[in-house]
Amino acid sequence: MKAPKTLRNVAVDRELMVDMYRKMLFFRRFEERANLAYTQQKFSGFCHLHIGQEALNVGVQTCLQPDDYVISGYRSHTQAIAKGIPAQKVFAELLGKSEGCSSGKGGSMHMFSKEHRFFGGHGIVGGQAPLAVGMAFKVNYEQENSIVVCYLGDAAMNQGQVFEAMNIAATWKVPVLFIIENNLYGMGTAIHRTTSIDHLYKRALAFDMKHSMIDAMNVLTVYEHMKSTVAFVRKNKEPFLVEAMTYRYKGHSVSDAGTYRTKEEVEEYQKRDPILQLQEDLARLDFADDDAFKAWDKEIREQVKEAEAFAEASPPPDERELWTNVFADET
Amino acid sequence: MKTMTIREALGEAMQEEMERDPKVFLMGEEVAEYDGAYKVSRGLLKTFGPKRVIDTPISEGGFAGVGVGAAMAGLRPIVEMMTWNFAIQAFDQIINHAAKMNYMSGGQFPVPIVFRGPNGAAHMLSAQHSQNLDPLLTNVPGLKVISVANPSDAKGLLKSAIRDNNPVVFLESEMLYALKGEVPEGEHLIPIGQGKLCQEGNDVTIVSWGKISRVAIEAVSQLAEQGVSCDLIDLRTLVPMDEALVFASVRKTHRAVIVEENWPFASVGAQISDRIQHECFDDLDAPVERVSQEPVPVPYSEGLEHLALPSVDKILAAVKRVTYKS
Repeated sequence: MKAPKTLRNVAVDRELMVDMYRKMLFFRRFEERANLAYTQQKFSGFCHLHIGQEALNVGVQTCLQPDDYVISGYRSHTQAIAKGIPAQKVFAELLGKSEGCSSGKGGSMHMFSKEHRFFGGHGIVGGQAPLAVGMAFKVNYEQENSIVVCYLGDAAMNQGQVFEAMNIAATWKVPVLFIIENNLYGMGTAIHRTTSIDHLYKRALAFDMKHSMIDAMNVLTVYEHMKSTVAFVRKNKEPFLVEAMTYRYKGHSVSDAGTYRTKEEVEEYQKRDPILQLQEDLARLDFADDDAFKAWDKEIREQVKEAEAFAEASPPPDERELWTNVFADET
Repeated sequence: MKTMTIREALGEAMQEEMERDPKVFLMGEEVAEYDGAYKVSRGLLKTFGPKRVIDTPISEGGFAGVGVGAAMAGLRPIVEMMTWNFAIQAFDQIINHAAKMNYMSGGQFPVPIVFRGPNGAAHMLSAQHSQNLDPLLTNVPGLKVISVANPSDAKGLLKSAIRDNNPVVFLESEMLYALKGEVPEGEHLIPIGQGKLCQEGNDVTIVSWGKISRVAIEAVSQLAEQGVSCDLIDLRTLVPMDEALVFASVRKTHRAVIVEENWPFASVGAQISDRIQHECFDDLDAPVERVSQEPVPVPYSEGLEHLALPSVDKILAAVKRVTYKS
């Protein structure tokens, strides 16, 4: 029997690594296409991109079960896709179309799918934290085996509601995995200018909540850590806080000119690009070569174009939709 | 018929609905071991246990949001706010989340939740504990708003609110919890959105709701002694509002006085007044009058507080104005 290949002393699996690579690449290309569509004025409003932060989303999602719940903030196009919503329905939502995953009533910040247990895209910083605790409360109430993943931006950690939600989660012991996507900036304000602590995971100390901090620019690191963390939350039915250190290459939203940080800083992080890192690992292990990388990229670019084409062809919502869904049980 | 207090009627409504549907649960500050800050939830912990009757930390924004998340996931929470003043801390969850979720998700995430608790001035509690939030809450699409003033309505409407698939704001009053009245035996449901003509008359229509409707009742009885007969309408539900009941009455009496425990600017009374002038323009024999709270924070001192709130005298004066007897 052949010994499994290892990387930094961790057993690695080609199929898994290729899958994670292709997903990260897909999310990168999806967001680039969304960016282009926005600049081409195919849609308007806000558009918050996840470029640079792909490793966290992919590493976490790989550890989840289909019946787990995910809830997030307004930077969540690709988290929605990772949870299973077809990319074409997310793109259609960006364009405000009837076949969008929220029927064109949510837009970039509000992707939803009950079927896939993606409980939104939310627009108020930190507002999703109490919702996540409520969802996890339901998991316990109905004795389900699911967990709830709640993504929060770094700046959400300064919101009172997040403190309240974490306190309730820890006191009532509900299975919610809080993940801080720390990309170092809350919009244009460096996080260190907004809090007296050096690392945000320390907030968990206030609740005696289990916590950790990881390098979320490397998908294998994320995956290895989240495997055990997700299992811990599922088994112990208690909350856990992960501070995931990451970086966004693009602005807070597409309209951000980036006056608050240097080009050099962005370039420094791009040297540790999550896709590049995994590409190097795949090559080093002889799991893939340049031809494969090129072929995958070509294939993925086509898939993203198809998603966009679907979205463009989708009709806008009927005018009658203005009045539907204000209340449930209406016709 | 059974005689009981509003407090008992509300408790009975929750008890019956929790027995009927295991997805219904109650949470809030002091609802369990303390038996309710105003004893509305008395006995429920004993009956249903700590899984379904849950004491929360003093974290209105937090536990309101926990309720919304649980409702999105399929449970049917009743969230007790010790008073609506404190619920202002939870307005982000009520307005930004509960009221918007079904619409924003294209109908995928209804939020079947009841936020209930006392609203408006009680007695000498000063400005931060004496606010009536009707106008703020009724202004938000996606929320149903109910305001009750007697035991029968309290029970029948709370049961309907718990069964409704939308966020329902349920407004009570500290001053009315001990008020007694008759409640029908057995299953008692009152549909949301139906007002009630409490007394019939021909001269003036008086429209009111919630605690202050008790003051309107007193005014109507004094007016009867003076030979002025009034239609007295208790709206009971503010959203959706039973406008047809109001219009039919105004078309009969040709005069309307709205009695509200709201500050006058952009109030519920202002909305009703607008609808009356629009729909009953040719029927009106006098401008619509409103008796509102004075536009000041509610003061502490007893005499000042009385001056700030609608009173029988203010209602009598308004009726005189619309009947041109002043």
